[in-house]
Amino acid sequence: MLEIQGLDVDYRSHGGTVRAVRGVDLAVGRGETLGLVGESGCGKSSLARAVMRLTDVARGAIRIDGIDIARLKGRALLPYRRKLQMVFQDSASSLDPRFDMTRIIEEPLRTTQANGAARARRVASLMDQVGLAASLKDRYPHELSGGQRQRAAIARALACGPELLVLDEPVSALDVSLQAQVLNLLVDLQQEYKLAYLFVSHDIGVVQHMADRVAVMYLGRIVETGTHADVLAAPAHPYTQALLAAVPVISPRTHRIANRPVVTGELPSPLNPPTGCAFHPRCPLVQARCRHAVPQLRVAGEGRAVACHLHETSQVSSLCLQEGLVPA
Amino acid sequence: MSPSLLEVRELSIGFAAARGVVSAVERLSFDIAPGETLALVGESGCGKTVTGLSLMGLLPSARIGGSARLAGQEVLGLTPRQRRKHRGAPIAMVFQDPLTSLNPVMTIGAQLVEAIRADRPVSRREAADYALHLLERVRIPAPRQRLGEYPHRLSGGMRQRVVIALALAQRPALLIADEPTTALDVTIQAQILQLLLELKNENGMALLLITHDLAVVSETADRVLVMRHGQAVEEQPVIPFFEAPRHPYSRGLIAARPQPRPRFGPRPRLPELVDSGEFAG
Repeated sequence: MLEIQGLDVDYRSHGGTVRAVRGVDLAVGRGETLGLVGESGCGKSSLARAVMRLTDVARGAIRIDGIDIARLKGRALLPYRRKLQMVFQDSASSLDPRFDMTRIIEEPLRTTQANGAARARRVASLMDQVGLAASLKDRYPHELSGGQRQRAAIARALACGPELLVLDEPVSALDVSLQAQVLNLLVDLQQEYKLAYLFVSHDIGVVQHMADRVAVMYLGRIVETGTHADVLAAPAHPYTQALLAAVPVISPRTHRIANRPVVTGELPSPLNPPTGCAFHPRCPLVQARCRHAVPQLRVAGEGRAVACHLHETSQVSSLCLQEGLVPA
Repeated sequence: MSPSLLEVRELSIGFAAARGVVSAVERLSFDIAPGETLALVGESGCGKTVTGLSLMGLLPSARIGGSARLAGQEVLGLTPRQRRKHRGAPIAMVFQDPLTSLNPVMTIGAQLVEAIRADRPVSRREAADYALHLLERVRIPAPRQRLGEYPHRLSGGMRQRVVIALALAQRPALLIADEPTTALDVTIQAQILQLLLELKNENGMALLLITHDLAVVSETADRVLVMRHGQAVEEQPVIPFFEAPRHPYSRGLIAARPQPRPRFGPRPRLPELVDSGEFAG
């Protein structure tokens, strides 16, 4: 239902143009969860915001059921706004502090439903669906816990009956017990309404739990996509491998961070990206051509694509992970 | 068990509120041996951070009871002047957000020199040399250049390295790290955790790691102390803690973490903890 093609997002700053998203191709099917993972500054939130048309698209297409919305403006966008809704990370800043719960959840309905009584019924049913007690309907955001606020944000997103939710770090600000509740709620809602999710997160554990397919982003580009089982259990791109090797695991006999090689360096500045493959300065398997040629995302097996020169000649295998990444 | 570096006994922390006193920590006791990593875990509001702050003397208006002895010397209730004079086995602390721990209008070098000269009477030149040495130890690239830079120029990971260098300037016997990697990306988190453990091993420093992340605990800690509502619910060495947690709350915390879903079939449902500390509707 969502198809992104050749998407670029640029920001202008004092230091020049930041190309936050570069040539991204992605698709999300009805009822499917696409997990978008990457570290801060990799462009995943810019991509999410571009899909919502909250930030300008420099180049490329965003198709909803075949219609390109990348350059629609104002009223022409309205029918698609209804189909796409977003839940943000920080529920304290994404809910208006001067509105009570009823008003917050009702707000999107005001454009479509003129009848106040009908809106009130819809709000009551939405609150019930997301597990908010009816007694909370007059409460303001500051009177609620983080978990309750995030439920309200989900209810607001569901109000107009969307087909796709863009979830940008929806549980990152929550404690683990609340995280579990909100994730379970999202799974239930998806099954009930056949919702598609674009689930953006830096937390591999959460993505591992939620996603059907996974896309890994590094410095504005998708470096690997595939099913959750392929990408997260047998990562092909050296960056995906490095990312997964850094994820802490509960297994105190076998996984102690002090005894494990960890990728060195940090994400380069998007103002001054490295030539060639953006990961080459940190890559333990770097070769000469990685320094000047940008690797393209190529199909590598069923439903799977990887952007790595070494993968073209299949020199990278999951063996690399088992043997441990050699710090550069 | 080896002789303790830190002995906390019946620590209670309360805050005066409109009506009576709100108790944040109740009768908490624990020990840390030299060179040991103790993880203090729990959810938001369980009292883990105020425990760390009380050891640092950073809760001037709290009502603190019990005792905390570092190398035999009481550290609770010291005045700031007594605390500065308290030589030999100081405690240093690293916080979650490195940007708020650093002074935005002082260069990295000036902040390090200040911390070094607060610890011992050395000349500015000697302090500057030592500052460079500390930045090298926390593996900051181009350390000499960094000395003249301001915190906003650095990435989150680099800032946290600077904060750790500042903590090391006092040559602490105990380093309290309160969610030191929570604001960082996973590859940078791994780097910082490795750095903390290496520094600990080099100096025989003990580490009190305060975190909500059980996977970080499993990767780093020697022992685990779980807190809930201001009280200790369980304390065990790390392997038995994860393989056979005794308290139902600990079991719940471990189980509530998102699980990888199977290749086929439905997603496993995450167990939800009852009474998670959310305000009753």
